[in-house]
Amino acid sequence: MAKSPEEEHPHKVFGWAATDSSGSLSPFHFSRRENADDDVTIKVLYCGVCHSDLHSVKNDWGITNYPIVPGHEIVGVVTKTGKNVTKFKEGDRVGVGVIVGSCNTCDSCQQDLENYCPKVIFTYNSHYHDKTKTYGGYSDMIVVDHHYVLRFPDNLPSDSGAPLLCAGITVYSPMKYYGMTEPGKHLGVAGLGGLGHIAVKIGKAFGLKVTVISTSPAKEDEAINRLGADSFLVSTDPAQLKAAMGTMDYIIDTVSAVHALAPLIGLLKLNGKLVTLGLPNKPLELPIFPLVLGRKLVGGSDFGGIKETQEMLDFCAKHNITSEIELIKMDYINTAMERLAKADVRYRFVIDVGNSLTR
Amino acid sequence: MVMPTEQEHPQKAFGWAARDSSGVLSPFNFSRRETGEKDVTFKVLYCGICHSDLHMVKNEWGFSTYPLVPGHEIVGEVTQVGSNVQKYKVGDRVGVGCMVGACRSCGSCTDHLENYCPKQILTYGAKYYDGTTTYGGYSNIMVADEHFIVRIPDNLPLDAAAPLLCAGITTYSPLRYFGLDKPGMHVGVVGLGGLGHVAVKFAKAMGVKVTVISTSPNKEEEAVKHLGADSFLVSRDQDQMQAAIGTMDGIIDTVSAQHPLLPLIGLLKSHGKLVMVGAPEKPLELPVFPLLTGRKMVAGSGIGGMKETQEMIDFAAKHNITADIEVIPIDYLNTAMERLVKADVRYRFVIDIGNTLKASS
Repeated sequence: MAKSPEEEHPHKVFGWAATDSSGSLSPFHFSRRENADDDVTIKVLYCGVCHSDLHSVKNDWGITNYPIVPGHEIVGVVTKTGKNVTKFKEGDRVGVGVIVGSCNTCDSCQQDLENYCPKVIFTYNSHYHDKTKTYGGYSDMIVVDHHYVLRFPDNLPSDSGAPLLCAGITVYSPMKYYGMTEPGKHLGVAGLGGLGHIAVKIGKAFGLKVTVISTSPAKEDEAINRLGADSFLVSTDPAQLKAAMGTMDYIIDTVSAVHALAPLIGLLKLNGKLVTLGLPNKPLELPIFPLVLGRKLVGGSDFGGIKETQEMLDFCAKHNITSEIELIKMDYINTAMERLAKADVRYRFVIDVGNSLTR
Repeated sequence: MVMPTEQEHPQKAFGWAARDSSGVLSPFNFSRRETGEKDVTFKVLYCGICHSDLHMVKNEWGFSTYPLVPGHEIVGEVTQVGSNVQKYKVGDRVGVGCMVGACRSCGSCTDHLENYCPKQILTYGAKYYDGTTTYGGYSNIMVADEHFIVRIPDNLPLDAAAPLLCAGITTYSPLRYFGLDKPGMHVGVVGLGGLGHVAVKFAKAMGVKVTVISTSPNKEEEAVKHLGADSFLVSRDQDQMQAAIGTMDGIIDTVSAQHPLLPLIGLLKSHGKLVMVGAPEKPLELPVFPLLTGRKMVAGSGIGGMKETQEMIDFAAKHNITADIEVIPIDYLNTAMERLVKADVRYRFVIDIGNTLKASS
């Protein structure tokens, strides 16, 4: 007979979980494995609330295995290390992002692209090598193979740095891969939310000119005065769109709802690149003529490998890039999820796990 | 009063033109400009029939003006060169492709990407610098600026080389630009027609493993035995498609009809590239999940610049690559167009202009 989540493993853990597709979270007792030779045990201090957490608790993608403990923007402190672990020691500040395991042998893993491994193990809602379920960072501690643990640079605050572990790498990786880093070039960022606001900051750090593309005129002031964007385009205004046609070298599209690609493709210059990062639950419409006439491309990207995630954290530390956050207590999570569904947050909720997750 | 086409310019010319969107072509007398100091005039010997010609005579893209003389896969022999022409002389074997003019000063033009110049002048159906209409290669002579002429090397037969001027560059350019030309790579070619069959030949010459993806099982033997494809995938066969999932570095998609992208994206390895060179009129559905989880991309590409067109012709000459053609007399033209609608050609019609296009009296 299958063991209950509390009995599965030796270490008792407390967190919050969703138990059905209402997505409502509540206290949940479970357990985690013994710290093996390659493992690091981490006391969780903060965990960012990613839109994927919301998609997952509501089973928007049809793949949720309840009960689910979300959270893959985890920052904490090492409390124990296995004997093979040399990179970390007790007391170190570390992060855990979207994945906690992979096959280690395929081409993707060999190229430090564990995120594209066909056997990738996600931080939550996956099954680990021992076949038990993985549970995420809305919990008081986590045990992770050292390969998948990130070192948190000293000058990066734990709370506002946490969202970098998913939102940060998710925009940084395609910006590098698709070559969106030439100083002076023009980057459009569509959608100003968790991903979008960090894309603006990273884009500016690469020396790019950045235009925010948004349906909400109310976001203009912050985009320019707080985040440093050079300009702002209201995408529902045909005149503004027309004036900006063929002006952008690249676009990072962070919008996760179904939306029109044609206007964004029109904003691109010749050889322009549109990278879409949101995961709508239906296909998008792709006009082919403008791609052919302008040799343009539409690509996807999915967070990043461990090596690149570390590189991104170090880059952000160097350029003092953190997320704009609203720190919340654990018991605010359901309200936070409702607000997130309405995009009512500037720009990431972060749960103060260390101070508010009490049994 | 508008000048009749026969009197517009000093050199008499004749050809076949469509008069309206029925697309039916018939004899047409017109004229071409004097050979200017940078111009090359040549006697047209052959002209390939591109599917774009069919789209244009029927005004399927909405910007055709009549009378329309199509043809942008034009080859022949030089009869006259202007006083400032450096690269060509009388008797040279030359060709003209999809364009005859561009602004020559913008970023695209200086990067040898005249095909992306916003002021690009198409070989037919467009307005030249002097405001007159451009007429294409279904005609007895061509006058074109030296910059837009390519040399056809001696070892390439003119008739079978003609289609390279559009079909050839359209498939060669993206193989190079998107890096799908590295020996050992695996590239799929969707659609085995004018573009597709040439794509197979180029990719093989680049050392790439090629799989043809087609809806027609009866094309397999030719694809493998005659064109040199390594394998053949019937896209309607679920088992075959399933077995090929995640095996291709890139796919060149030549199909211009509406068709699903999802199965093609599935055939790509992670980081793979689907390049559209056919242009369906309406948008296609783009499934986003597989694009993200495999870091894949969908891109487009259209013909190529003049420098690359010459490079492509020279590459074809080096590797003895020509199109597989059916040579037709000019008066077969309307029948050829009807057969082209049904994709009933292996794989390009080429009009024998030199021997069969006579002036009407």
